[in-house]
Amino acid sequence: MAELYDRYSAVVYSVSLRVLGDTGAAEDVLQEVFLQLWRNPDLFDASRGNLAPWLAVIARNRSIDVLRKRRPETDVEDVLVSVEPDMAGDADRAMAMTKVRTVLGDMPAAQRSALEMAYFEGLSHSEISAKTGEPLGTVKTRIRTGLLTLRKAFET
Amino acid sequence: MSGHEQFAEDLALLALGSLQGDGRQTLEKHLQECASCRRELESLRGDLALLSLSTAGSKPPSRSRERLITAIAREPRRAASAPRRFWWTPVPWFAAAALALVVVFMARQNSALRQQIAAMQSDAATQQVELQRAHEIVSTLTASDALRVTLVAAKAPPQPQGKAIYVRDRSSLIFIASNMPAAPSQKAYELWLIPTSGAPIPAGVFKPDAHGSATVVNPPLPSGVEAKAFAITIEPEYGSTTPTMPIVMLGSGE
Repeated sequence: MAELYDRYSAVVYSVSLRVLGDTGAAEDVLQEVFLQLWRNPDLFDASRGNLAPWLAVIARNRSIDVLRKRRPETDVEDVLVSVEPDMAGDADRAMAMTKVRTVLGDMPAAQRSALEMAYFEGLSHSEISAKTGEPLGTVKTRIRTGLLTLRKAFET
Repeated sequence: MSGHEQFAEDLALLALGSLQGDGRQTLEKHLQECASCRRELESLRGDLALLSLSTAGSKPPSRSRERLITAIAREPRRAASAPRRFWWTPVPWFAAAALALVVVFMARQNSALRQQIAAMQSDAATQQVELQRAHEIVSTLTASDALRVTLVAAKAPPQPQGKAIYVRDRSSLIFIASNMPAAPSQKAYELWLIPTSGAPIPAGVFKPDAHGSATVVNPPLPSGVEAKAFAITIEPEYGSTTPTMPIVMLGSGE
């Protein structure tokens, strides 16, 4: 567990800190995610991908729950994550991180904003629509298209 | 995903956890039956994981690591806090008793296996000794540099001589010849087992060495043949299936 923590704690902590904006709260999520994994290592299905993306998604979801002061909504056993790049190694993650930032930087501002509000702020499409004044359908399309743009960048 | 475009945007919202109400129920029902959309949902979560990486770079303080290790050390037992409950959880005494029985059973099995191994090791050692002795005997009988001496009555000239040692039950035959004249060109001697009934059986082809010595060890023979006599004829180099007259040497069992 110590080895897993050393390798992946920054992934979990970074995303929690981004969502919660508070180091103490992010540390709590970090602790919770790794304790959950230690208590039940079977939670993660290794045949469906590597651990880093799974931890990132679990950490984000839990952080949103904390932000919204609600109980965990999703059973982590049901969260299967499939991602193209190998993110097991530090170097792989660093390369992927640079690429993601480049892709996000190249995205239209409105699309990037919709994506970040949905993912890091946990806003629903209705809330984003209300906040930006854009039609609901446009928000939905921007979110999906933004995600597919990210995926496509790693397919080439 | 092809053919299910109507779910495309809702799948992204579901991956984000922001799809609620009827839309969510409809999509979750569809997902139970649609592997293609389930895979797309997993891929969308993968895309979100990539998005997470845009934040990477902040390392947690070292106290977080210590805190986690302390918390793990305080955990009573991994299995006890696991969400999966086993049927024996409410009756730990039964589990303990069952475990004790398993331990006793395994100990007995272990002891029996050790005895078997010891017996097999002993057998193997005995067989190794016997094999070594047999090997030495055969080596001596067949060695090309062995000194072969035939003792005959004093002042009698040396005569061609052959000794056949045959064990019927094992179909094992050893034949040792001495003082044999060289076989004619492109010919060889052939040994025959003459059974109590039936035709002679080929029992090996041989050519004496420069000293007139030759050996035949365990030629292929049918099993359990009662031998009345052994004979030697001169045959083509690669042997015959029936003897060619005349018989040059003959001997019967005592």
